[in-house]
Amino acid sequence: MPACPPAILNLADVAAAFIDPTRESQAVFRKVMDAVARPGTIQDLAFAPDAPQGLDRAAGAVALTLFDFETPVWLDPALRGGTAEGWMRFHCGCPLTDDPVKAAFALITDALAAPELAAFNQGDAKYPDRSTTLVVQLPALDGGPRVTLTGPGIRSEASLALAGLPNGFWEQAQANQAKFQFGVDLIFVAADRLTALPRSTRVTIQGN
Amino acid sequence: MAYVAVKGGEKAITNAHRWLAEDRRGDTAAPEIEVAQLREQLSLAVDRVMSEGSCYDRDLAALAIKQSRGDLPEAIFLTRAYRTTLPRFGASLPVETAQMAVRRRVSAAFKDIPGGQVLGPTFDYTHRLLDFTLAADGETPIDGATQADEALAYPMPTIASVFAHEDLLEADARTAEAEPFDLTREPMAFPAGRDQRLQALARGDEGFLLSLAYSSQRGWGSTHPLCAEIRLGEVAVEFVPDELGFAIEIGEVTLTECQMISTDAGGVDKAPQFTRGYGLTFGHCERKAMSMAIVDRALRDGAANEASAPVQDEEFVLYHSDNVEASGFVQHLKLPHYVDFQADLQLIRRLRREHAAREAAMKEAAE
Amino acid sequence: MNARPNEPERYYNYAYLDEQTKRMIRRSILKALAIPGYQVPFGSREMPVPYGWGTGGIQLTAAIIGPDDVYKCIDQGADDTTNAVSIRRFFAQVADVAVTEDTGEATIIQTRHRIPEQPLKAGQVLVFQVPQPEPLRGLEARETETRAMHAYEEYGLQYVSLYESVATYGRIASTVGYPTMVDERYLMSPSPIPKFDNPKMGDNEAILLFGAGREKRIYAVPPHTTVRSLDFEDYPFETQTWDENCALCGAQDSYLDEVVLDDTGARMFVCSDSHFCADRRAAGHVGPMADHQLAALETEPT
Repeated sequence: MPACPPAILNLADVAAAFIDPTRESQAVFRKVMDAVARPGTIQDLAFAPDAPQGLDRAAGAVALTLFDFETPVWLDPALRGGTAEGWMRFHCGCPLTDDPVKAAFALITDALAAPELAAFNQGDAKYPDRSTTLVVQLPALDGGPRVTLTGPGIRSEASLALAGLPNGFWEQAQANQAKFQFGVDLIFVAADRLTALPRSTRVTIQGN
Repeated sequence: MAYVAVKGGEKAITNAHRWLAEDRRGDTAAPEIEVAQLREQLSLAVDRVMSEGSCYDRDLAALAIKQSRGDLPEAIFLTRAYRTTLPRFGASLPVETAQMAVRRRVSAAFKDIPGGQVLGPTFDYTHRLLDFTLAADGETPIDGATQADEALAYPMPTIASVFAHEDLLEADARTAEAEPFDLTREPMAFPAGRDQRLQALARGDEGFLLSLAYSSQRGWGSTHPLCAEIRLGEVAVEFVPDELGFAIEIGEVTLTECQMISTDAGGVDKAPQFTRGYGLTFGHCERKAMSMAIVDRALRDGAANEASAPVQDEEFVLYHSDNVEASGFVQHLKLPHYVDFQADLQLIRRLRREHAAREAAMKEAAE
Repeated sequence: MNARPNEPERYYNYAYLDEQTKRMIRRSILKALAIPGYQVPFGSREMPVPYGWGTGGIQLTAAIIGPDDVYKCIDQGADDTTNAVSIRRFFAQVADVAVTEDTGEATIIQTRHRIPEQPLKAGQVLVFQVPQPEPLRGLEARETETRAMHAYEEYGLQYVSLYESVATYGRIASTVGYPTMVDERYLMSPSPIPKFDNPKMGDNEAILLFGAGREKRIYAVPPHTTVRSLDFEDYPFETQTWDENCALCGAQDSYLDEVVLDDTGARMFVCSDSHFCADRRAAGHVGPMADHQLAALETEPT
């Protein structure tokens, strides 16, 4: 497992995180679990603490809840070397990696510049759980082009209209689903809100 | 007779716990046993609990033995369940058994070896006659062992160093850089690396490994092992705190190490050599260390060729060696299975009805 | 030696597990939900109850439970079986959580061998204790082999086994742990629930989580997921039925336990789901032996 970069943390610059990590991470996790179990539903994480500059509240909450020394994280270059990186290293203790294939999680804040979904770890035929989970921070979880979702977790169909995704993203998501059991899983965050798109969800692009 | 349905689990459990506590204490006319007495006088039980419990703490192990009324797998389970809640500060450096302060060291390979044969405290060569003086009340007089004229060699040369100049013994397979597999944090995976295998065996049930090793000796996956060395003694444990950046000694542990060697006739690309099986335990667990070394060696054969005997079958050995897992699953059959049994009852009754109908039809047809 | 305090609620972390272990389990749960029916290997810990006694379910519950939850625990469908009592006590103590026997009121229901009769609803999580997560284990002992079968969707062996059952017994003679296909991809063991409960798994409103502690696997079925019990066109899947009704509440459509009354063959059949039965009796439903002592015991406050 790659070690944390050796840069010294200035603790005075590291903002606070959960006040009660046990209770708060449990509450955040239940929201994330509900999101993954019910693709297309929007969860509210307004109760979570402030996140450092560059990270939305929901993104920070997910990092605090799921990242630790066992999960190499691919951190968006936009956050590298900044306060958010120091905050994550201190509170999560997670190793950072530049190699998307080695990442258990990717934290993406600039979706337009991010590598394609297929660049991350797609999992192994026998261990598809080893694929990367992408946490993608967007300007908003609504207002974008609408897609229809079906599959596990969805009664008949659901829909999402995420804003700020690059052109061709939903085609990538379709390709990601098409090679199930391989594929990445996605968590989208914007401000206090969160939704998820596991690899099992079938996407129909509207207007096609 | 009529039966009374058993319900009211809460009350039953509370009372069972009380009864258990009573039984643990036994007759109060006998004095309560102290944890320190167990630690000092049942020290080999303590060693086994520490080894298979994966937790080096003599006091905790002694407490577990007391609480479990001497049921060692139960004590091992108690230790494991406690251990799993402890925070992890980091990993120590590998201990150097070559630097062991040796108390016992024997080799069956050579009559004499550098450092000498050191019999040490062992049951070997005791006559297994019950010692009724131990049954007498009070202290048994102890004739202390005679101090040797000369201190033992330190460091005691290892068996590997004895072979070194001839390249007769395969080299240490250690890879210092890679972080070793940790079964307490990751599930078993196959094919298992040697690190995973050795950890599983070190935690494995002594009785299971003993029987497997024995089966191998009798020809079920034979490795013709020879005990090159057993050593018992104390080694220092070192840790590098992040803030210091250099190693500090944080304590010492007693270890039993066993090196079994077998002949390897070699092949086209490989000169004939002796290969090794390795056993290591906390405390003084010689039977376990020897069994572990034989099983380790046999598993290496299994990995190289098609496994033909149980002892060579990695999945069979590693999945079934843990007595906490095995004991739990065997004993879970005590739990209610009313629902399953009702389903089986229904099926069997139905199949019997159909069977009877077929018989009757055949009989009718015959008449 | 130093005295070590023996007060679990203070000495151990909230919900017993340390936070790092919870995170590891939580990550496994998310992957399990994302790949329905696939068994995620996880770093299962030793728990203070033996392997085989619900350690997988307990670890799942410990990783998701919070002080706002209402917890119900059943074994064989009943709240008052000893191991259910023991596990419920554990969480009441270490997680400071409200407990209930009311299926509708619970947010987390931990179960062994049954799915409650009362339909579950959105917001509920059903946690299964699983002894053997591998549906193919009875047919192939090696994990290395079965994992490859799942990887390449090679489930022929399972169908052959069902076919042999039909050839021998004239029907698929599997009664509990009847194999299911999840979202038409992964073959999944429903845990040893009777096949009576299999149809409740598909399109359920609740999240279904499965934990096998000793075997170190977690798997899941999200709500509204297709779960198909394997069968053949000419031998369709069928569930258990009884000629009898529940002796206490008269239910005709619940899973029944057989209670032996004497050694001359007298039997009574009662609902295995103790809360379902008590609820019906409270609503005025009466079975042929409604005044049997079992009814009084079951409604005794605990």
